[in-house]
Formats: sequence, structure tokens, C-alpha cells
Amino acid sequence: MTTTDADIEAAVAALRTTAPTTLRPKVLADVGLADLYARFESPIGPLIVAWNGLGVSEVEATDDDAAFEARHRARTGRPAHDAGELPPRLASAIARRLDGDRRVRIDLDLRGHTDFERDVWQKALEIPRGEVRPYGWVAAEIGRPRAVRAVGTALGHNPVPLIVPCHRVVRSDGTIGQYSLGGPGNKRTILRAEGLDPDGLESAARSGIRFVGSDTTHVVCLPTCHAAKRITPPHRVPFRSFERATSAGYRACRECRPESGVLAA
Amino acid sequence: MDTDSPLLAALADDLDGSFETLVVEHQDRLYSIALRLLGDPRDAEEAAQDALVRAYRALAGYDAARIRELRLRPWLSTIVLNLCRSRLGRRGSVRASLSLDAALPGELEPRTDSAHGPAETVATRDAANDWAGLLRTLPVAYRSAVVLRHVDGLSYPELALALDRPEGTVKAQVHRGVALLRTAFEAAQRQEREEMTA
Repeated sequence: MTTTDADIEAAVAALRTTAPTTLRPKVLADVGLADLYARFESPIGPLIVAWNGLGVSEVEATDDDAAFEARHRARTGRPAHDAGELPPRLASAIARRLDGDRRVRIDLDLRGHTDFERDVWQKALEIPRGEVRPYGWVAAEIGRPRAVRAVGTALGHNPVPLIVPCHRVVRSDGTIGQYSLGGPGNKRTILRAEGLDPDGLESAARSGIRFVGSDTTHVVCLPTCHAAKRITPPHRVPFRSFERATSAGYRACRECRPESGVLAA
Repeated sequence: MDTDSPLLAALADDLDGSFETLVVEHQDRLYSIALRLLGDPRDAEEAAQDALVRAYRALAGYDAARIRELRLRPWLSTIVLNLCRSRLGRRGSVRASLSLDAALPGELEPRTDSAHGPAETVATRDAANDWAGLLRTLPVAYRSAVVLRHVDGLSYPELALALDRPEGTVKAQVHRGVALLRTAFEAAQRQEREEMTA
């Protein structure tokens, strides 16, 4: 039996095959023209996390894939494909971020959102775990002290809750306020998981306490600032307003900057 | 190629809106090239993915005129080929030092039987595996030339572009590659006959 060149060429030509069905969604996600998604367990139950080559694009409290895909397409204009599970590196980065490690880098895909919204979310990222700031504080910190309501709206539109911790922004009167990821009950659950006592915060706020100072350092803080938490009860001085603190000779904490939002509030 | 013109025009006009068409039209050939060069399906998918992503990023940086002038098939082939070569290089000298015999598949189906009987699909698949295995025994330069010419079906002018060599050189590489394949195939058949009579 002889084997001709034509035989060999035909045999080699038969080696052409089809790409795995996973290739197209992976490529399109890598370049940001589609997203992949997977389920993620959190303190408030099952979440869906969507991402692409540019970063994490959405976090939603749902376990309904089809509904998520439809909403994702409506919001972003992109299809979302079930990836089964998060890439290990992303899963551990999200877990570490939720544990309070702000150094861990998580890229975000925030295309299609305004500069104002990005500024608000970036500011929310700076609030440490276990602490909260008022909406007015965020507005003042981004240089838009009169845009308190718009800050609330932007936080409500946060596409990546938990990763951008909009749950750490509360109402200027000290109450916990609304939450986009399944309502205010979840906001309290998450804050509690981060070591805060939402009920205690609200009752202190109801009694009029907005700031806390130390009579040894004469520094005044927002009540949840980590510096304020170190003040022992005998040296703890509550204030109803920032003006009362300054007129009593206190200066503002450089970490929590309690003066921010005073104008706005 | 003329057949690329509508796609190139679309890519030049709206990259994000038409890139998926490029993926759909070229993913099978890029995956096939990578699979036949690398052997491992997972490696091949990664190489094809990487190639398409690099193509997108390159296109995003080109102006419309440059995109319209592209020869899409050889251009994409070059990208995947370079990625496969660097993957093969990274695998190190372990596999490269395997002897030719060790890399040969042990059980070659008689080709005359492969088109008949209930075992046809199995036999066809085995035959494909055999030829894929034989192909991988070729030195990379010849393997690349044979894969692009006969698996992917590039013309010689396209192949010259893809490999950045004169047409005469790539023709010689393809012919030499096919000759090496024949030698490997005949050696494998001989080995099989010896094992059956032993």
C-alpha cells in the first residue's frame, strides 16, 4: 500500500476542528464586549457577580440566572454568560475585600456611568470596614457639598455593592437609610457583620449625638471612626454639633474629617 | 482577501459592533492551528483566546485605513502562531528531547478499514489522533508550515505573509514537512506490523 502526498494532505486537512463553545464568550468577555457571571455566597445570601476583562461590572442579590441575564443586558447592553464559578484570584480578592482588606485590588468596569457617580463610589471605597459616614460627608469630600441627594441616588445606582461599600454611607441624621442590595434589612446585616451596632448607632443619633471627642487629646471624630472607638468611657465627650466641639477647643480628626458634611448637613 | 472586505469594512467602521463576527468566522481555524501545533486542547483554547484578544487590542489601536488594508487570515494566523511558538518554547527541553519513536502513537488503524463498519467514527477519530500525533513529531518550523497550509488551508502567498518568508521558502518547508510526515507514518506502520508478527 502506498501513501501519496494527496493522502497525507487529506489526512492532515481532516485535522481541522471546531473551537470549544466556551471560546467565544471568553474572548468577548476579555475585551469587554460581554460579561461572565457566577454565584457567590455572602453574609446576606446568594449573590451573582459579573465581570469582564476590564473588571467586575455587577453584583446583584439574586439566584435567578435568567432574570439576571435579562437585567444585565438591559443595564449594560452586553450579554452575560454563566461561567460556573469565579476565577480563583477574583474570588479570593472579593473575599479579602469583604473581610476589610482595602489594599486588595479589584478592577471595576464602570463604563457608562457619570464622573459624579464614579467620584461618589471612589469616596465610598475609602470608608474603612466597621465605620460609616453620612451622605453629606461624601458630598463634601468630593467637592459637591450641595449634592447630598444626588449622592444618595448615585449610591443607590452602585452596580457593585459590597465591593464598593455603599452600605457604609448612612443618612445625615444618623439613621441607617436605604440600601440597593435587597433593602435596608440587608444594610444592617452587613454593618453588623462588619462589627458595627446599627441599633446603638441609631439610638445615639436619636439622642442627638453626632460627634465624639476625647478630653485628653481634644480631638473630635465621627462616632464610628476607629480613633473614636479607642476613647475610654471616662474620657468620651459627646457633641451634638461640630461647632460645639470646636468652640470647646476641640480640633477635627484627620482620619474621619468630621468637618466634612457639616455645611452640607 | 476579497472575502474579508465586508468584515474589514465593518471592523474599521465599528470595531465593538463587528468584532464578534470576526470571532465567529475565525475561531475554528485559530483553535485548529493552535491544537495541531500544541496538542493539548486546553492550551490550544488559551492560545486561540489570547490571539483573538490581541487582535482586538491591535485593531482598537489601528486607524480605519490600516484595518481596511489588513489581510485578515494570514494576520490572525501570525498572531496565533507566535503565541503557540512561545508556549512551545516555555515547555522547555523535556519534550523536545523525547525520541521520535517515543512520540509515535502505538496503534495505527489500517487506513483501508477506516471508512467502513460500525467502528467507523471511532476509527476515524483514532486516525485523526494518529495523524495529529505524527504531526507533533515534526520540528516546529515544518509543523507550522504544514498546519497553516493543509489544516488551515492558507494559500502560498498567504503562507508567505503569515510566516514572513519568501513564497519559495514556505513551499519548500511545506513539502519537506509532508515528506517528514510520510516517513513518520511509514515508520509507525512498520512498527505496528512488527508488533503484530512478534
